[in-house]
Amino acid sequence: MARAGIAGEETGGPTRPGLEVGIVGYGAYVPRYRLPTTEPARVWNGCRAPQPIRELSVPGLDEDVVTMSIEIARNALTRAGIAPKDVGAVWVGSGSHPYAVKPTGTLVAEAIGAAPATLAADLQFACKAGTEAMQASFGLVGAAMARYALAVGVDTARSRPGDTLELTAGAGGAGFVVGPAAESLAVLEGCVSYVSDTPDFWRRAAAAYPSHAGRFSGEPGYFHHILEATRALLHRLGAEAGDFAHATFHQPNPKFSERVGKELGFSRAKLRAGSLVDRIGNAYAGSALLGLAAVLDVARPGERILAVSYGSGAGSDAFSFRVGDRIEDRMALVRPTRDYIAERVELDYAMYARHSGKIARG
Amino acid sequence: MDGARQWRTRAARYSLLGAYCGRCDKPEFPPRPRCPRCGHETTEFAFSGRGTVYSYSVVRQGPDGFADQVPYVVALVALEEGPLLAAQLTDVEPGELRIGQPVEMVTRRLRDDGPQGTVLYSYKFRPPRGWQTAPSG
Ligand SMILES: [Zn+2]
Repeated sequence: MARAGIAGEETGGPTRPGLEVGIVGYGAYVPRYRLPTTEPARVWNGCRAPQPIRELSVPGLDEDVVTMSIEIARNALTRAGIAPKDVGAVWVGSGSHPYAVKPTGTLVAEAIGAAPATLAADLQFACKAGTEAMQASFGLVGAAMARYALAVGVDTARSRPGDTLELTAGAGGAGFVVGPAAESLAVLEGCVSYVSDTPDFWRRAAAAYPSHAGRFSGEPGYFHHILEATRALLHRLGAEAGDFAHATFHQPNPKFSERVGKELGFSRAKLRAGSLVDRIGNAYAGSALLGLAAVLDVARPGERILAVSYGSGAGSDAFSFRVGDRIEDRMALVRPTRDYIAERVELDYAMYARHSGKIARG
Repeated sequence: MDGARQWRTRAARYSLLGAYCGRCDKPEFPPRPRCPRCGHETTEFAFSGRGTVYSYSVVRQGPDGFADQVPYVVALVALEEGPLLAAQLTDVEPGELRIGQPVEMVTRRLRDDGPQGTVLYSYKFRPPRGWQTAPSG
């Protein structure tokens, strides 16, 4: 039985908050270490053929979701040009917070100088955790409960040794200072969320690595949720694919986002700016936000941007932004996303195993 | 470093928050409530995080809690605002380093006390690749 769509419903709730809001500043971060995917293929399959994703970003030995979030937040605040004390929420979405209990958000809030008078928390929703933080930030600022809110999505994706995820799981993320539309470099035109209980990917608390069920991950997972959320957003905005200069979708691999783009009518050229998966892998909760940050790096005033996440378990957030005049000055304040990606120190599988905690000194 | 001391010094450790003496017109790190030169009460001072490598040495056998990051580089960093400070360098191969090398502050894991303990985060320095770096064309 086909599941009901929400595109035609008139009662889906508002697509944006009461006050006009947008992105005041943004920041990205990708660690400098790279694992060519031919390495896990060589070690586990004796295979030397190129893999669908060329290489994966890997955190340094002293990096984790906290340290990456702090750099993302600093970059975003530099672009926003606001005082850290004016940040009323620090929300970090990730599937790899260093503690099971003890928030990443408070540490980031301290490090950037937003503490103590701020909300701070961690969000968990597989690869959708970061865009969930964005939705909450738009709501909070749009309800005038804070002038600014910081939403971060970042991951150091884990994979069981020998699992196919070792050919796809990357690290990195991005964050957005959300604030009033008048100060924004990109104004939120609308957002929609679409969720269902779908068992495509999970990790129990005591398990070191995630598990996945292949039969749920494509059609009923990724494609269904992204297509429904995007169609609903376009319908409510009265917009179509041709109205957007750029679109970026969650990128678990190069094929999925291209196929979903094609199905929705977005040419490959419109996906190009935000397509990063071939060079860093799937950054999970960081993926859709990194794609949006890379698009903002090249966006021009007046352009419209579509950004859509997908998180297993499952759900999609779809956002539409209109780029404003402030983009050009703000973009130039921080090194762009592509420069983080371009810097690379190659690891072999043995060093990767150490960096990812798969082996430790005995 | 015990837990209480770690907690008291977190602002200095995470974001290089120092102190400033108005009478001597000098910033100070680590921060102290009174100026070590004249005893005048200090105020908070946020360092830019920019500096240069004054000297360095490579650690190949780390103490407990640091062993999982060896080999690493410990350097004396001359902060742009004056003070000299001992800190780890990160994201750098020892071969790339030279005296006078510009560096910027980042916040990284300094030590990990294992599955039952906490993670200690601290400033470290690396060759500039963050917001100080000019964007490419
Ligand atoms: Zn003094």
